[in-house]
Amino acid sequence: MSWLKQTFTSSIGRKFAMALSALFLVIFLLQHFIINFTSVLSEKTFNEISHFMGTNVLVQFALQPVLIFGVIYHFVMGFVLEIKNRNARAIKYAMNKGSENSTWFSRNMIYSGFVIFLFLCLHFYDFWIPEISHKYIEVLPEDSTRYFGEMVEKFHDPLRVGLYALSFVFLSLHLMHGFQSAFQSVGARHSKYTPAIKKLGTLYAIIIPAGFIFIALYHHLTAL
Amino acid sequence: MSTANGLNLTLKVWRQKNDKVKGQMETYQVSDISPDSSFLEMMDILNEKLINDGGDPVAFDHDCREGICGSCSMYINGEAHGPGREITTCQLHMREFKNGETIYIEPWRAKAFPVIKDLVVDRGAFDRIMAAGGFVSVNTSGNTQDANAIPIPKADADKAFDAATCIGCGACVASCKNSSAMLFVSAKVSQFALLPQGKVEAKERVLNMVQQMDDEGFGNCSNTGACEVECPKGISLDNIARMNREYMSASFTADKK
Amino acid sequence: MTKLDSKIPEGPIQDKWTNYKNHIKLVNPANKRAIDVIVVGTGLAGGSAAASLAELGYNVKAFCYQDSPRRAHSIAAQGGINAAKNYQGDGDSTYRLFYDTVKGGDYRSREANVYRLAEVSANIIDQCVAQGVPFARDYGGLLDNRSFGGVQVSRTFYAKGQTGQQLLLGCYSAMSRQIGKGKIKMYNRHEMLDIVKVDGKARGIIARNLVTGEIERHSAHAVVIASGGYGNVFFLSTNAMGSNVSAGWKVHKKGAFFANPCYTQIHPTCIPQHGDQQSKLTLMSESLRNDGRIWVPKKKEDAEAIRAGKLKPTQIAEEDRDYYLERRYPSFGNLVPRDVASRAAKERCDAGYGVGTNETGEAVYLDFSSAIMRYGKEQANIQHIHNASETKIRELGVDVIEKKYGNLFQMYEKITADDPYKTPMKIYPAVHYTMGGVWVDYNLMTTIEGCYAIGEANFSDHGANRLGASALMQGLADGYFVLPYTIGDYLANDIRTGEISTDLPEFVAAEKEVTDRIDFFINNKGTKSVDYFHKRLGKVMWNKVGMARNAKGLTEAIAEIKEIREEFWKEVKVPGSADSMNPELEKAGRVADFLELGELFARDALLREESCGGHYREEYSTEEGEAMRDDEHFTHVSAWEYKGEPADAVLHKEPLNYENIELKTRSYK
Repeated sequence: MSWLKQTFTSSIGRKFAMALSALFLVIFLLQHFIINFTSVLSEKTFNEISHFMGTNVLVQFALQPVLIFGVIYHFVMGFVLEIKNRNARAIKYAMNKGSENSTWFSRNMIYSGFVIFLFLCLHFYDFWIPEISHKYIEVLPEDSTRYFGEMVEKFHDPLRVGLYALSFVFLSLHLMHGFQSAFQSVGARHSKYTPAIKKLGTLYAIIIPAGFIFIALYHHLTAL
Repeated sequence: MSTANGLNLTLKVWRQKNDKVKGQMETYQVSDISPDSSFLEMMDILNEKLINDGGDPVAFDHDCREGICGSCSMYINGEAHGPGREITTCQLHMREFKNGETIYIEPWRAKAFPVIKDLVVDRGAFDRIMAAGGFVSVNTSGNTQDANAIPIPKADADKAFDAATCIGCGACVASCKNSSAMLFVSAKVSQFALLPQGKVEAKERVLNMVQQMDDEGFGNCSNTGACEVECPKGISLDNIARMNREYMSASFTADKK
Repeated sequence: MTKLDSKIPEGPIQDKWTNYKNHIKLVNPANKRAIDVIVVGTGLAGGSAAASLAELGYNVKAFCYQDSPRRAHSIAAQGGINAAKNYQGDGDSTYRLFYDTVKGGDYRSREANVYRLAEVSANIIDQCVAQGVPFARDYGGLLDNRSFGGVQVSRTFYAKGQTGQQLLLGCYSAMSRQIGKGKIKMYNRHEMLDIVKVDGKARGIIARNLVTGEIERHSAHAVVIASGGYGNVFFLSTNAMGSNVSAGWKVHKKGAFFANPCYTQIHPTCIPQHGDQQSKLTLMSESLRNDGRIWVPKKKEDAEAIRAGKLKPTQIAEEDRDYYLERRYPSFGNLVPRDVASRAAKERCDAGYGVGTNETGEAVYLDFSSAIMRYGKEQANIQHIHNASETKIRELGVDVIEKKYGNLFQMYEKITADDPYKTPMKIYPAVHYTMGGVWVDYNLMTTIEGCYAIGEANFSDHGANRLGASALMQGLADGYFVLPYTIGDYLANDIRTGEISTDLPEFVAAEKEVTDRIDFFINNKGTKSVDYFHKRLGKVMWNKVGMARNAKGLTEAIAEIKEIREEFWKEVKVPGSADSMNPELEKAGRVADFLELGELFARDALLREESCGGHYREEYSTEEGEAMRDDEHFTHVSAWEYKGEPADAVLHKEPLNYENIELKTRSYK
């Protein structure tokens, strides 16, 4: 399969794969947001969906590994490309006005990405590791109503809420460029629909992170 | 001769003897520059002054001085070809600058474009990418079919022309934060991919040209769009999207391994 | 004295080329692999020749001073390329293209060459389309044509305003393919500094690597000079900064005759010079004269007020404007040929009616206001706008003009900061193309055996004046379709020669000559830069050997150029070293050659006691100031043989026989 390796180690192949993982993460983020948002509306619904997601075999053993692979690939390749790209210019400009020809967030994806990476570490530490340990290591008895309480408890700490909110700001910046960029990378560009994709991307980049911040603040404030 | 509106400027210019030694920014003063002069004429004045003072004039690439040959290549005040859109360095005029201004003048910066001297860089990588596939394999015998034998939809012909207007100056590489050559390569790939004459070997072409591009050490495209903004011929990002499509589909369908 | 043999094949003109091709010697593919050819220059002529020869199987070594073959100045041609395709069904034919070219050249070109050019022109379009050149097309998907000056048919193919670039990229693509295969060895940033002759035959060149300064010997079985024209002898021209005569001049000094140096084309519509520091002139397409009206003020005091900045052109009343082309040439008006339009502009400016507000004062107006109003009224009718206000009509008219010439107007505004929609453009003639060049026979071989000259570098097929859109045609015809045949006929005798050694004493001697000259420049303790001398030469050339020439001025010019040359060799100052990139050193060598050519140029103009095409002698004109040809004494090519100083050059005449076309006086009244 040398051609396959050749394809996905080429500059375009790598970008294509980055874009595919990004599009997958965009969809994942949307469903994650919808599920989380139910916690604002109804504790019961939230617990039901969480229980389903946490115990369904398909979700746990088919989608979850894909998600983890996608996340890891997107991060690792993001850093690999960044290093390669930096090496492509040995001497920097003494004077460079990037703002004249491109947006801040498009030039600084690595920084917004890095903040998101740190956030994910915290997020895994908060939810995913306890969850995995609960289910597969300590093998504690299943309780389909525990999810809401666990979540609310995490949002007691104002520092954590602050960190979450800050991270979502960076997520927003990342998406501002990333959403439409993914379409460009896979070659989906046409004067008929590209303007719509760009608008949708901006909306997505604002609504989703803002929604997550709202959820965190909501639980922090209502639990006080 | 002194004119009322002559400009006095401070220039910070990159000086480097050759590709083996390190370079540095040097500061020069020029005075009484006519706002009607082109930027390169201002450089001529600087050089004349350096020669008369017994110094070494600044080497820079230039030839046609009407924005079409693609030789000139200066990174002026932090932008490829300086301020102004859809112009080359030689089309930049001094009326864009203010009296007393400090102007930074640097060569294109990319590992794939090593500095030869001062502001002159080696863009041979572009030629090698072209040699890897930037052509239609027909002999120049003249015994081809009649030029009107294959009608080409006007829209395709126009798009092919727009891609073909690339002058190969390298501003896209210079202004890309990743030193990516995607705009240049995609313009060539697009031109041929859009024309029936070029379609015959389109798959091999895109695979070979991209491979050569990667081998030359250019960075990857991250879709910031800086290249399109700084391109003196306004080559569109549409071409990069087209090349992404062409490349991926060729990867999976071409006979070439 | 060498007798010039043009080697024109026998037979009727339409069969000459076919018969020729049927009877020349061929080289078999295995033998081609053992033969090397050097091509100097990679414009349309050199690039197409290098690609074609490599495809045939020869080992080609191509040289250009630019950093890539794609940058040669052919790239700057805007308008288009002629070809007798007759796609428009408007009566075009090979004969008509042949006839128009000979007539346009004022009956000073070689019939057989021009006919061949017209004959192969159609192949060029087929070839370029097959290579992926994106010519303009109409909605049916077929190729579009436009018309150009001096002809009555639409035979010009174009790619917006970038025809030259697109055609050159076609050549460059074809070259790239051969470079990738290793059949062309490309030497970028190399300048040919001499030709090497062994036993009277061209066998190689001495070149300087412009990056390292190294002097290199390159051998071959034939040398092709495709280095373009010498318009930069005027310092200011529309040529590229690096365009030079050196390759052609070196072969001239080694025995190739130089033909008709005085034939220069001066293009009427260029942006005027703005000051002494100007380095380069920019052409505005000839197409603007379709809608623009050219004028200067009728009253001298108005012109003076404009020059002083006290009056604006829009303030001058209609009756105070002198539309001098319409006045002098009522039947052709603003669309007279290039040479006529240029001279008329000079005449007005010399008489004190120039409107240049720049330091030189030389400019005339090219005014679109009446075209804007005319188109505006037309649009108002089409759109059924009754009683449209003047502003509305103007607005509609500007729209039309913008669609037609938008990019040119924008280019003008970028350079001058004037808005040509509101105020008339200022234009003035500038040196654009040189019809003269190295003398070649029908095979395109110079008077040095095995040394060929193609494209603008040779004395070409254009006679005393070139028609628009014919330069591209000639370059590609020579390189793609003529040279590959004619050179084979010569190289067929070389299949047993084997590789030419670069250790031969001839190479050593030529290299020494080159290094001596470089050492002189580097070590000379002069005080003045190369440009100082180039500008002085340019001034003399422009003032005395320019658009209008006379015996007195030419005699003075010859003496002045000689003086400048002598001072140059004493006072020139070249900074830096020989063993590194040194643009001043490159310029010094080129200007040294221009200083010799300039004098020969003036001598040629002095001896040609007639006016024809681009060569205008004030003494040989009618009372109304129109050119007067002298067919009895000057229907010949003036080919100069080098004998040391330009003053010693010996003139040889190649008579021009017109068997298919009758000589007539051109009239545009």
